[in-house]
Amino acid sequence: MTFFEFFAQNRADVLDATVEHAVLVLEGLGLAVLIGLPVAVLTYRTGYPRAAVLGVAGLLLTIPSYALFGLLITPLGLGNGPSIVALTLYALLPVLRNAIVGLREVDPAVTESARAMGMGRLRVLTTVELPLAWPVVLAGLRVATQLLLSIAAIAAAVNGPGLGNLILDGLATAGTPFAVYLTLEGAAGIVVLAVLFELLFAAVNRLTTPRGLGA
Amino acid sequence: MPEMTQSDTPQQTPGERTMIRLDKLTKRYPGQPGAAVEELTLDIPAGSIVVFVGPSGCGKTTTMKLINRLIEPTSGRIHLDGQDVTRIPVHQLRRRIGYAIQQGGLFPHRTVADNIATVPKMLGWDRARITARVDELLEMVGLDPEAYRGRRPGQLSGGQQQRVGVARALAGDPQVMLMDEPFGAIDPLNREALQNEFLRIQARLHKTIVFVTHDIDEAVKMGDRIALFGDGGRVLQYDTPERLLADPADRAVAEFIGAGAAVRRLSLARIGSLAVPGPPVVERAADAQARAAALARAAESGEEYVLVVDEDRRPVAWLATAGARRPGEGPAAGEEVPLLTPMGPGHTLFDALDHMLSSNASAVAVVDGDGRYRGVLGMDAVRTLINSQALHTADGSKLQEV
Ligand SMILES: Nc1ncnc2c1ncn2[C@@H]1O[C@H](COP(=O)(O)OP(=O)(O)OP(=O)(O)O)[C@@H](O)[C@H]1O
Ligand SMILES: [Mg+2]
Repeated sequence: MTFFEFFAQNRADVLDATVEHAVLVLEGLGLAVLIGLPVAVLTYRTGYPRAAVLGVAGLLLTIPSYALFGLLITPLGLGNGPSIVALTLYALLPVLRNAIVGLREVDPAVTESARAMGMGRLRVLTTVELPLAWPVVLAGLRVATQLLLSIAAIAAAVNGPGLGNLILDGLATAGTPFAVYLTLEGAAGIVVLAVLFELLFAAVNRLTTPRGLGA
Repeated sequence: MPEMTQSDTPQQTPGERTMIRLDKLTKRYPGQPGAAVEELTLDIPAGSIVVFVGPSGCGKTTTMKLINRLIEPTSGRIHLDGQDVTRIPVHQLRRRIGYAIQQGGLFPHRTVADNIATVPKMLGWDRARITARVDELLEMVGLDPEAYRGRRPGQLSGGQQQRVGVARALAGDPQVMLMDEPFGAIDPLNREALQNEFLRIQARLHKTIVFVTHDIDEAVKMGDRIALFGDGGRVLQYDTPERLLADPADRAVAEFIGAGAAVRRLSLARIGSLAVPGPPVVERAADAQARAAALARAAESGEEYVLVVDEDRRPVAWLATAGARRPGEGPAAGEEVPLLTPMGPGHTLFDALDHMLSSNASAVAVVDGDGRYRGVLGMDAVRTLINSQALHTADGSKLQEV
């Protein structure tokens, strides 16, 4: 049986796993944004807290993924829970770092002018700083997404969803003729998703970068 | 070009209202050894331009930011139109104070029109009024609204960005404008154009303006009063440009003003307000005998030329006397020499001197506002005027555009 004959047989499973994989990544990313963006906003002007936050996020990224997923089983059980949380933790660094860098790169003369015209802190943030930082923030989301797409494959190890299950099945049946095919399907699905997300980010970047920001 | 109307006289007159009062203002930045501004007390009269000038790091920007509370003082008080600024909600205070800075500080992601509309929008103006205001301001700062209102700051030159910055600061019609080197980093020609335009605008609007620069020439040109800062945010002298140049309070002031003070003062002395010697003239219609008599009289009193005027007493030409002839050159006695542009009341001694030097003439004709003969300024007369008390007590009104 060739790879393509094999794929024709189980393509419904592959499609399901791909969708699950994408959803899992988006959930992890979304949670990372919900946490990372406010933390960035609260700390980007500070000295020590900003360094501390970036340090912690950086440390999280160095924990081997198998270990992190495994450690999360104790508090969160198996399945979706630990998978989403683990991905969130991994996405934190790129999300946080880019948001902080983007906000800090906004020309101080611009924010000072905004304040001098009587804009409140929140208005400066939402109408000046975040729009100006947005391209950098978005670049962080893109990097985080690519990172999560590959790490999400580990979720299968804790009974999580996604393409990792195909790869895990392949590993479990190593030596049999179809093991390679399964692994290949899982990997190819991730690559296809990566390409799709890249296109999506390029489109979002084009549509949402304020004109005049040299994009 | 329209004439500058005279702004409030900088000398303290009894009825003059103080718009901004700085009262023993001190600002110490944490971790800095000295104070950036120390015990600064200064009254800024309503409707006038007060220039802060001084070396880099002497606290000019700091003082300005204290006024609109971008930074808070360590001690001391600021009163705006009689009201303690700390009693005014900070957003409200800032909407009453326009702020323009050297870097422009324009929002790069907004159009020129949106930038200018920032304060009017916050003040809740309706759209029609905002649109009209934006176009009015663009025209005021010399930018065609059609061409520029839809552009982004990135599509403007540095000078155009500064113009938009000034327009944006004026948009909410604030009583007070704070301008921190608003025309810095522009080539001299454009800078001069912007200065003139701004003085023209101010002649109409009569805002109270604090203007920061470290260029003494700009200070002299723009200021009704100049506060010369020394290190540590102390004001070394607070005076009219005329008095600052003529009578520096101490060595530090004199050093900052530099060697060119005498020449700068010339550009403050308008001929219209000076006593100009008025030697006899010859009517164009006069017959040969009368001419000869006039020439003889002039030659006797050492004049080289006699001015010829027409029926309306407008100067038309010079007549050379015997004294104008030097061996081998110069016109013969009785020869007519063409007249170059006479000096009007709005011209300054600087213009007169410049004119004489550049046209190699020994004197210039001086006329009144209607172009009629008033007198003749020669090198000697200019020198006398420079040394006379007249310059020191010049009325202090701003330069006219000529
Ligand atoms: N945010 C700050 N923190 C600490 N020190 C500051 C701060 N801002 C200004 N200073 C210091 O305060 C002093 C006055 O600075 P300021 O910016 O008011 O000077 P300036 O007169 O505007 O100078 P320039 O002509 O160069 O603009 C300087 O010695 C400067 O180093
Ligand atoms: Mg400054």
